[in-house]
Amino acid sequence: MTRWAMVIDLEKCVACQGCSIACRFENNTPAVSPEQAARGRAIRWNDVFPFPVNPTEDTGEYPNVKARYMTRPCMHCENPPCTKVCPVLATYKDEEGLVRQNYSRCIGCRFCTVACPYGVRYFNWYAPQWEDPLALRLNPDRLESRGVLEGPAVRPKGVVEKCTFCIHRLAKARARAEAEGRAFRGDEYVPACVQTCTGKARYFGDLDDPNSTVTQLEKSPRAFRLLEEVGTHPKVIYLREG
Amino acid sequence: MLAIDARDKEKIVAPLFRTPRAFVLLVLILSALIAIGVAAYVRQVTLGLGVTAMDRPVYWSTYMVNFVFFIGISHAGTLISAILRVTGAEWRRPITRVAEAITVFALMVGTLQIVIDMGRPDRLPFTLLYGRLQSPILWDIVSVTVYFLSSITYLYLPLMPDAAILRDNCPSDAPAWQRKLYIVLALGWRGNHEQWVRLEKAIAVLAVLIIPVAVSVHSIISWILATTVQPGWHSTIFGPYFVVGAIFSGIGALFLAMTGVRKALGLESYIGLRQYRNLGLLFIAMNAIWFYFTYAEHLGIATGQQVEEFPVLASKLWGSFAPTFWVMALAMVAAFWVLVAPLLVPAGAAKVALFRPRLALASASTALILFGILQRIPMAPTLAALDTPNATTAAWVGVIVMLMLAGLGVAPWLKARPVTATAIAGGLVLAGMWLERWNIILPTMTHPRLIPYAVYTPSLTEILITVGSLALFTLLFVVFFKFFPSVSIWEVAEGRVIEEARSKIVVPAPEPSEAGWLRPRRFKL
Repeated sequence: MTRWAMVIDLEKCVACQGCSIACRFENNTPAVSPEQAARGRAIRWNDVFPFPVNPTEDTGEYPNVKARYMTRPCMHCENPPCTKVCPVLATYKDEEGLVRQNYSRCIGCRFCTVACPYGVRYFNWYAPQWEDPLALRLNPDRLESRGVLEGPAVRPKGVVEKCTFCIHRLAKARARAEAEGRAFRGDEYVPACVQTCTGKARYFGDLDDPNSTVTQLEKSPRAFRLLEEVGTHPKVIYLREG
Repeated sequence: MLAIDARDKEKIVAPLFRTPRAFVLLVLILSALIAIGVAAYVRQVTLGLGVTAMDRPVYWSTYMVNFVFFIGISHAGTLISAILRVTGAEWRRPITRVAEAITVFALMVGTLQIVIDMGRPDRLPFTLLYGRLQSPILWDIVSVTVYFLSSITYLYLPLMPDAAILRDNCPSDAPAWQRKLYIVLALGWRGNHEQWVRLEKAIAVLAVLIIPVAVSVHSIISWILATTVQPGWHSTIFGPYFVVGAIFSGIGALFLAMTGVRKALGLESYIGLRQYRNLGLLFIAMNAIWFYFTYAEHLGIATGQQVEEFPVLASKLWGSFAPTFWVMALAMVAAFWVLVAPLLVPAGAAKVALFRPRLALASASTALILFGILQRIPMAPTLAALDTPNATTAAWVGVIVMLMLAGLGVAPWLKARPVTATAIAGGLVLAGMWLERWNIILPTMTHPRLIPYAVYTPSLTEILITVGSLALFTLLFVVFFKFFPSVSIWEVAEGRVIEEARSKIVVPAPEPSEAGWLRPRRFKL
């Protein structure tokens, strides 16, 4: 079995937001106007934000700030609260542990966005739009079949979308291995954010493979998961700073 | 040919064949409001849900509040009327029809809110084609559908003999389509013994079955929230809390509806003080239970030391939701007092200087001015002396004392006008319960774990659609009672027969007890 997982070493992360930008171009997430972004309508599958998110008395005031930066893709939880509430199976956990989102099934009830404690799910308030040079250079990759539309495919308005761990890259890597007549190996595919990471802070691999980097790093005493108390068992593992 | 009492014919049947100008005017106004709401919705569908004020993290807002509110109102009818039927409460007879109609129309408008809230309403059939029974939304679809179908049956069954009465007592100048409507709906009712036995049995069975369905409907709505892991929602008492709130707001809606019907059709001889008094007692009980649940729910959060939950509570008590929270609390206290005060105030109270409406007005204004000063509302005078903590506390105590004085002063006025008082209580509770749903859904939405705290103010689209929905509910209600009797004719007639039979029975007076001090004392208030 395969369980795709990501390790993010916060010691190496420089909060450059390169992962966010790589994700945006890889996955065709539309840019919204500054006014819409100010209203919380920006779509960032991979977000970078100060942590804790809301300042408390513990985070301190300038110049004695104790805030850190956090970078956050979808956690692809082992026990995802979002898939449980979906009324139509538009989102589900597949056999490789990826939490998938089918745009042509989603009815836009936004129960999953409400249920997710990490806020990784985004809703298309309007039909997505791109400025002209961008509109001509969208990623053509997609997962499409009858009643299924996934991956970087341009989303219609009124549906929910989220980080897919670049599932189209996985499909392509599998297809390549098949075309070359060999078995697919776990290290043949990484998501765009992992590939682009400036500080090489991100690792990707199969958690069921005892020799993979992610399995090795998961054992680190620095390893922790976000909001462990919610019982979601995320497959994104962070390595603590310091 | 089914006979009808002359009183019923004049008061209940005759208005169905008249079209007063006020009715036409009301329908036109309501239709205009609905048209504006429909236009706002069409714009929302064309452009996307972005035209609302929803955003990340406020993914659910006004439409969801409306949904919970309307489904809550729907408990007016079926549940109350079913409970009263099962317990054999004789006084229910003139108000069951109004209550059951509220249920059916509130369910229609409530379900509509979910469709309005959907990003892809065109994919609504997917919930049936690919429905996952593990999702609370599917539970909701199942329970609301069952509740709707049983409510509409429960409305129709007692209507059948009435349709037959109307069929047989149509005035000669009645339009042909209306006559045909009653013929079809009467389903060949002849009123023979066999038919009555079957009808009574069907109603009795349905009344029992519908009670658990109604309880399930509002429990499941609460579980949509409570089955998530979000701070403030993940509560075990949400099921009963929502059911109590639903019955409570349902009685409020019933108060307004029955007062409206009584006033519009002059049904004072049918819907009398007995109905108001008994429903009022139920209302007071529900109010007390509601307060108990609200207190228990918030106490648990206040003392639980959960870092994510406390900001939700804080936002209600003194943060951005404090206005809606305290207005809700005040509305509920006022509704409680409006119905309790007439029971407590002695008859001659109006002679005491304390119990003067004029004094009530004066103390209410004083409270308002003090409140304005405390909140630094620009129009209010500023008093520098009120800035010290002790003075602020004293001023708050003053506000509360003044409000209590106003409550005392208005009591005899309320006692003299039981119907008006009840209608006021009904209105207060409807407003309060709408705000209660707001205070449950929105603070959690604006205080998530990993998204910055947000503020939500509804957009014009949401306001127009909400107003349109309220207008739609009123229109359905008004049009229904233009064509169908607002009081169940046969049930009232049956009640008269029972009443008459009872009056002939002589109950012997209880023997005087030998031990005088053991005799129960009657407390006369």
